[in-house]
Amino acid sequence: MALVYHQHEVVIVGAGGAGLMAALALRGRDVAVLSKLHPVRSHTGAAQGGIGAALGNMEEDHWEWHMFDTVKGSDYLADQDAVEILAREAVETVMDLEHWGLPFSRTPEGKIAQRKFGGHTKEYGKEAVRRSCYAADRTGHMILQTCYQQGIRHQVKYYNEYMVVELLVESGRTAGVVAVSIADGQLHVFHAKAVLFATGGFGRMYEVTSNAHALTGDGVAVAWQAGVPIEDMEFFQFHPTGIYRLGILITEGARGEGGKLLNGKGERFMERYAPSMLDLAPRDIISRCIYRELREGRGIHGQGYVHLDLTHLGAKVIHEKLPDITDFVRTYLGIDPVKEPIPVQPTAHYAMGGIPTDMWGRVVVDEKNKILPGFYAAGECACVSVHGANRLGTNSLVDILVFGRRAGRDIARYVGENEYPPLAPHAGEATGERLARLREGRNGSGGRAESVADLRETLQREMMEKASVFRTSGLLAQMSEKLFELRQRFQNVVIQDRSTVFNTDLMEALELGFLLDVAEATVAAALARSESRGAHFREDFPQRDDQNWLKHSLAYRGADGKIEFKYKPVTITRFEPKERKY
Amino acid sequence: MHIRLRVKRFEAGKDREPYWSEYGLEVEATDRVLDALHRVKWHQDGTLTFRRSCAHGVCGSDAMLINGRNRLACKVLIRDVGDHIAVEPLRGYPVIRDLVVDQSAFFRKYESVQPYLVADGEPPARERRQSPAERERFDDTTKCILCMACTTSCPVFWPNPEYVGPAAIVNAHRFLFDSRDTEKEGRLARLNAGDGVWRCRTIFNCVEACPREINITRAIGEVKKALLLQKG
Ligand SMILES: Cc1cc2nc3c(=O)[nH]c(=O)nc-3n(C[C@H](O)[C@H](O)[C@H](O)COP(=O)(O)OP(=O)(O)OC[C@H]3O[C@@H](n4cnc5c(N)ncnc54)[C@H](O)[C@@H]3O)c2cc1C
Ligand code: SF4
Ligand code: FES
Repeated sequence: MALVYHQHEVVIVGAGGAGLMAALALRGRDVAVLSKLHPVRSHTGAAQGGIGAALGNMEEDHWEWHMFDTVKGSDYLADQDAVEILAREAVETVMDLEHWGLPFSRTPEGKIAQRKFGGHTKEYGKEAVRRSCYAADRTGHMILQTCYQQGIRHQVKYYNEYMVVELLVESGRTAGVVAVSIADGQLHVFHAKAVLFATGGFGRMYEVTSNAHALTGDGVAVAWQAGVPIEDMEFFQFHPTGIYRLGILITEGARGEGGKLLNGKGERFMERYAPSMLDLAPRDIISRCIYRELREGRGIHGQGYVHLDLTHLGAKVIHEKLPDITDFVRTYLGIDPVKEPIPVQPTAHYAMGGIPTDMWGRVVVDEKNKILPGFYAAGECACVSVHGANRLGTNSLVDILVFGRRAGRDIARYVGENEYPPLAPHAGEATGERLARLREGRNGSGGRAESVADLRETLQREMMEKASVFRTSGLLAQMSEKLFELRQRFQNVVIQDRSTVFNTDLMEALELGFLLDVAEATVAAALARSESRGAHFREDFPQRDDQNWLKHSLAYRGADGKIEFKYKPVTITRFEPKERKY
Repeated sequence: MHIRLRVKRFEAGKDREPYWSEYGLEVEATDRVLDALHRVKWHQDGTLTFRRSCAHGVCGSDAMLINGRNRLACKVLIRDVGDHIAVEPLRGYPVIRDLVVDQSAFFRKYESVQPYLVADGEPPARERRQSPAERERFDDTTKCILCMACTTSCPVFWPNPEYVGPAAIVNAHRFLFDSRDTEKEGRLARLNAGDGVWRCRTIFNCVEACPREINITRAIGEVKKALLLQKG
């Protein structure tokens, strides 16, 4: 099949909050937004609880406090210059959203309403503060809608249901991407001066997750395959309250409104672990506490879950402030949260790691922050790093918008100053051949034909057992071997669907390849880091070790397929690392 | 439990007529219909084609006809539809393949109502004030996830594909009743046109179909009333 060529000054890959915000910052320019999902299907729409900004609408608050909480929440691994930008620009970003029409919930005086969220405090840790700006429990839905609507207003050009499979780099500069149009299987080459990846997370490498099926780490894996390192992959956040077995999220906002976690004995067990923040301690801590309770036999009826109890909040609060989660619990569990507690377990939620960038979304490729000209990343697929070893609730929505916009602004500058890079004459052809082999079932080396679903299920189950909340060198080494085996078997994957029309069988095979990449990086980075910090907890090294490990990891895929690491220092400006207590 | 799942199949450019495939499989009563579709796709027939992403009713990808009703496959449980399940694509838009329909005409209608806030003048430094009561006025219609279930369940829309349809009206309502918006007239004029809101015959299929439980008929009634008041 012949390739179709396009030229746009800027190609944005991903149409969640990060991609759309960048597109809006670039309005009036020649920008193409490519997304494998229609923009309004992006997972930003699933965010529930809120976006953090020190507006001080309900009580005194300051961006410095927000900055401190974020740094402490990150277990001091976040880069403080970037966190300062996050906390400062959060305020104007929320105001912009409001001006664009976002229907925030309101205070009696008509201001944007705010509520408590895990790890957000006043006066540097004194007590919980109301900082999360929300629109009931569908804040992400409203952010995604509002940004998409502004995009319509400003005539952003979308290529919907285009899946990007390759990043083109020519003599040290970014030259574009290769994408498949899902509807007809056509391969397209997009020649561009600048490319922004905003492809979201990769929770689907785990069995129980709050993430959409589409969140398979595509951008991270594609960048990695192009030789870009990936940063801090050992840090993956498990959110404490996913619906038991399904993993569907129950927002931390439920605890922000006063919800409590109870074990099988009816105890509010967080009293023992985090006496001042209780159920609003950060997520890494609560997820570990839940697992401890379960291990020690204090699950509900000895099963693998605890209870999230909202019954004391009353019907009015629950219906007004948490209507969507009420609906989820009713639909999937047949339970009325007004009357009964909700069975919950930790659920794979958020990737702190990703494509390394500076504060303008520019991708950096080594420990000295060398830039790869023309390549940008923002949102969950990027690692600035503002979340370090553990992200606080409400900070991802800030991150995607603040850094999505900054990336857009810097791209505007960059494309103004630079010509199109050359495009290699056969760009995309090898990828086209690889995809055709897969689609036509000519894949593999003659071994036993493997199924995508079987490999993916094994990957997800094993990652959950061996590389989730509690880790040891033994389990991680086993996982590493398992991944080697899965990688071998993946070479022999044969799909059933031979059609070019909307071939989701083919998409799933490609996505599995991406998941294997991000899982390999996660496990290798976790094995290398012999300390515990934030979401990365090693039972064989339970202490944080600032002497040796106050640094970011950069994973490189060597030519022989092996993974190698470099490390880069953490930027510390205002807050010296301290022990983390809540 | 054992279920029989029948799916209406079609591939544009290849099949002349749609046909049915039938699958037998084991599921839990509490599984979603989406889980059943996945099980078939992953373990029986990789060619079965549908859209999905979030799997919990928030992204709007997987509206389809399930036993004769428009629903999200991820939001209806097997126990609610029984052990004989028939799944078809949404009606009224061209089928690309199996359960995947072409959404472009649907989104063009959505865009035609100017689904974005238009507010005259420079915005203030802080937020525009809006009281909780003003905010409540359009709360219901902010919930729309553009899943297409309402419009494609509407008997007025089937024979009149030019009808703007309930989903677009819901989204117009969301801005018409937002105290911050100043572009009421353009939007009302759009809905007053021949293919606009007056086509609605209050049949209520849309309300039945909406997975977000939006009271669509009420929203449409409020838009009609606003038009009448404007004229009067
Ligand atoms: C259930 C849930 C609740 C959450 N609640 C909150 C909250 O209350 N507050 C908060 O701050 N954070 C929250 N988060 C986190 C936050 O929502 C996400 O981190 C954030 O929305 C990610 O935005 P994004 O723009 O980076 O990516 P996404 O919104 O995930 O978008 C990714 C985009 O990339 C596209 N894409 C992916 N791969 C490809 C490819 N190969 N080719 C082309 N396009 C591709 C997709 O189509 C999509 O458009 C929540 C997360 C979840 C899962
Ligand atoms: S109004 Fe309801 S049924 Fe119609 S598109 Fe919106 S969410 Fe779907
Ligand atoms: S998969 Fe998102 S609504 Fe069903």
